[in-house]
Amino acid sequence: MDFDLTEEQRLLADAARRFVRHDSPVARARRMREDARGWEPDVWRKMGELGWLGLSLPERAGGAGGSMVDVMVLLEALGAGLVPEPYIASAVLAAQAIRHAGDADQQSRWLAPMIEGRTSLALAWMEPARRYALRPEGTVARREGNGYRLDGRKIWVDNGHAADALVVSALAPDGPTLFVVPRSAQGLAVTRRRTIEEQPSAEVRLDAVRVGAEDRLGPEGSALPALERALDCAAAAAVAEGLGVAGAAFALTLAHLQTREQFGVKIGTFQVLQHRAVDMFVELEMLRSMAILAAVECENEHDDTRRGAVSAAKAQLSAGGRLVVQQAIQLHGGIGITDEHDVGLFFKRMTALAVLYGDETHHLERLAAQPSFLEGVDRPAPG
Amino acid sequence: MDLRFRPEHLAFRERVREFVATEMPPDLRAVAEVDGHFEHEQVMRWHRILYRKGWVAPHWPVEWGGAGLDPTERFILNEELELAGAPHLSPFGLYMVGPLLLQFGTDAQKRRFLPKILSGEEVWCQGYSEPGAGSDLASLRTTAVDDGTGHLIVNGQKTWTTYAQHADWMFCLVRTDPTASKPQAGISFLLVDMRSPGVTVRPMLTIGHTPAFCDTFLENVRVPKENVVGPLHGGWTLAKALLGHERTLIAAVGLSRRALLRVKRIAARTLDNGRPLLDDPRWRERIARLEVRLRALQVQNWRALWAQQQGRAPGPESSVLKIRGSELSQQILELAMDVMGPNARNWFEPPTDWLHPLEQWVGPSHCYARATTIYGGTNEIQRNVIAKLVLGLPVR
Ligand SMILES: Cc1cc2nc3c(=O)[nH]c(=O)nc-3n(C[C@H](O)[C@H](O)[C@H](O)COP(=O)(O)OP(=O)(O)OC[C@H]3O[C@@H](n4cnc5c(N)ncnc54)[C@H](O)[C@@H]3O)c2cc1C
Repeated sequence: MDFDLTEEQRLLADAARRFVRHDSPVARARRMREDARGWEPDVWRKMGELGWLGLSLPERAGGAGGSMVDVMVLLEALGAGLVPEPYIASAVLAAQAIRHAGDADQQSRWLAPMIEGRTSLALAWMEPARRYALRPEGTVARREGNGYRLDGRKIWVDNGHAADALVVSALAPDGPTLFVVPRSAQGLAVTRRRTIEEQPSAEVRLDAVRVGAEDRLGPEGSALPALERALDCAAAAAVAEGLGVAGAAFALTLAHLQTREQFGVKIGTFQVLQHRAVDMFVELEMLRSMAILAAVECENEHDDTRRGAVSAAKAQLSAGGRLVVQQAIQLHGGIGITDEHDVGLFFKRMTALAVLYGDETHHLERLAAQPSFLEGVDRPAPG
Repeated sequence: MDLRFRPEHLAFRERVREFVATEMPPDLRAVAEVDGHFEHEQVMRWHRILYRKGWVAPHWPVEWGGAGLDPTERFILNEELELAGAPHLSPFGLYMVGPLLLQFGTDAQKRRFLPKILSGEEVWCQGYSEPGAGSDLASLRTTAVDDGTGHLIVNGQKTWTTYAQHADWMFCLVRTDPTASKPQAGISFLLVDMRSPGVTVRPMLTIGHTPAFCDTFLENVRVPKENVVGPLHGGWTLAKALLGHERTLIAAVGLSRRALLRVKRIAARTLDNGRPLLDDPRWRERIARLEVRLRALQVQNWRALWAQQQGRAPGPESSVLKIRGSELSQQILELAMDVMGPNARNWFEPPTDWLHPLEQWVGPSHCYARATTIYGGTNEIQRNVIAKLVLGLPVR
């Protein structure tokens, strides 16, 4: 076992924290709520120059060939600053889908410019009334000439409003398949929808969108395993970001307990608040353990191990992460209810992270469905 | 024991339902239907509708415009209005300063203020909290100094003043005797005309994105001394008296019943694998857990109501209402968010074929609900009070 970060990872964490301090403090996230895009291409390019956008992507596609642990280290820091650039949507979710489904040419074609920060991507997988179902049903790919015609609708496509290309899951004759659709494609209509963090997300309509065979990622019918792998990485990334979010909300709360005075004393002297702070701290520590577990295992080829770890971690985020931000507001008192105070922004981001890439119920069900969940259970013989 | 309402009370419930069904204007009904946010104008319109019916201040004495209802009828009226999703009337005049004026005010003060509270001509806000004085209200610093010409000169800052931007008057606590032996002793209860020179209001957004509260700055504001209610320096008694009023409303059982029904209605329209969540035993169980809490709270509230109807002082049963009621309202909204799943991220965006109108307001309401365990005395302070006054535990 080894829970130490490598030298590079420590430098990465330092650089990311510096970046948040100088280039993207929470005030910037607050400002970006008013921005139509919700993030800045210049900052994205800078993240590309720093080598952050390809941390865990293959070297042959221009990535650093690192691991999701690197991504975890980065996202914890970015989460603490509520950095609004679409890191998970583009550099994890969409990128991992291309990596797992696409061939070498497709990977370098779509990933290389994104890794440099010149373009951004999005993955369009969710459909109306389908919750977290992976299998596309409301989006259909028909063979037409040398390529395909795509029709259907996707919802909650993060970065769909700004992405240069969208990875879209659709039902082809031989099964669920991923396609890359350039933003400029005829018949692609994107409607912005504001999220609880006051960031744009998108509803995407595909109306007779034509793509070539070269835009199909992998053979027909190969989408589901790639989608699952991509979502596992994204869920692990969300736990890491959530750790940063909860950690920052906790830090604000600790500082408040140490400075706010009522009844002639610092409110941190009240034992009930001390215990509450300790409970938050316990949840935060659990969350850190789970973020590590998810980061280490989310790329594991062994399905049971990967699924169990990621789902356990994501469920922990939904429960423990939310508890931390709720109590952060409570211990701030009235000021925690104002839009002007940052603690509310952390609360809202956590609320979003809790339902992104599978909510608590989804992940509990998935965890309990793995064979290892029943390991060691001696079922009595029926009858 | 008997948990049934008496026939005349059941008949009264029917009357209230009928009234709401015929009198609520369509634009209010539309907001109520989705549990959205009422504009100030809409709230005041509803105020006037209830005023014309004679139901706007059911708990006031009849000679001052009260409805002549017994406690159970008042409870039913309130519950039915909550169940119907009607606008929440501003409580500051009707439920706070009004009853205090009735109890402690001079005849002149009553005649001056009560009729306009009743009619809605004058809107009130509550200026208790200050940046440095929240839970520890007695440490408030806003000063009021006698200028020798029959006026008090008020200086200070109030904060979290709910809807001060709409208020004509503010009742507040000010320090009139800085030399008093205890901080509580030097405080007076004062009525301030919000149009007085020197009053500035800065509205703030809440995390639910409504402009629900304000900073209120008072700079050399001249207030006639006859606007002191109760004895000079005796304001703390009034502040405490307020806590005893209409405790059965505090639990907001009607609101929570409505909110839980909304959860069920959303669950009936949310599909997972082609099946409504409402038909999934896992989700049913989660909803049922809150139904248990709701029912317990409801009976608890009836017990408090019964004691009140018998003319007894509020007992321990009423002390827990605020804690459980506020926590339950948060839990229900959280469950609504969980039921919505991906749609929980919606922020004010209009309904579509995949987002039901009932879902549109859940996100903002869920954020704002975090306030229910903070305002009106935080739940930590409520627990301190119960530990001391109900359980009789020793205090340091
Ligand atoms: C939406 C909203 C509307 C409001 N409207 C009004 C209004 O119209 N008029 C008005 O005057 N005020 C209003 N308030 C203010 C409200 O009454 C105060 O926020 C509340 O009393 C808490 O005070 P505070 O915000 O200063 O928090 P603090 O008192 O600073 O409390 C911070 C934290 O410390 C805890 N704490 C404090 N003392 C103790 C203790 N002794 N033991 C254990 N824990 C303790 C609190 O529970 C809280 O968790 C409103 C507040 C909100 C959120």
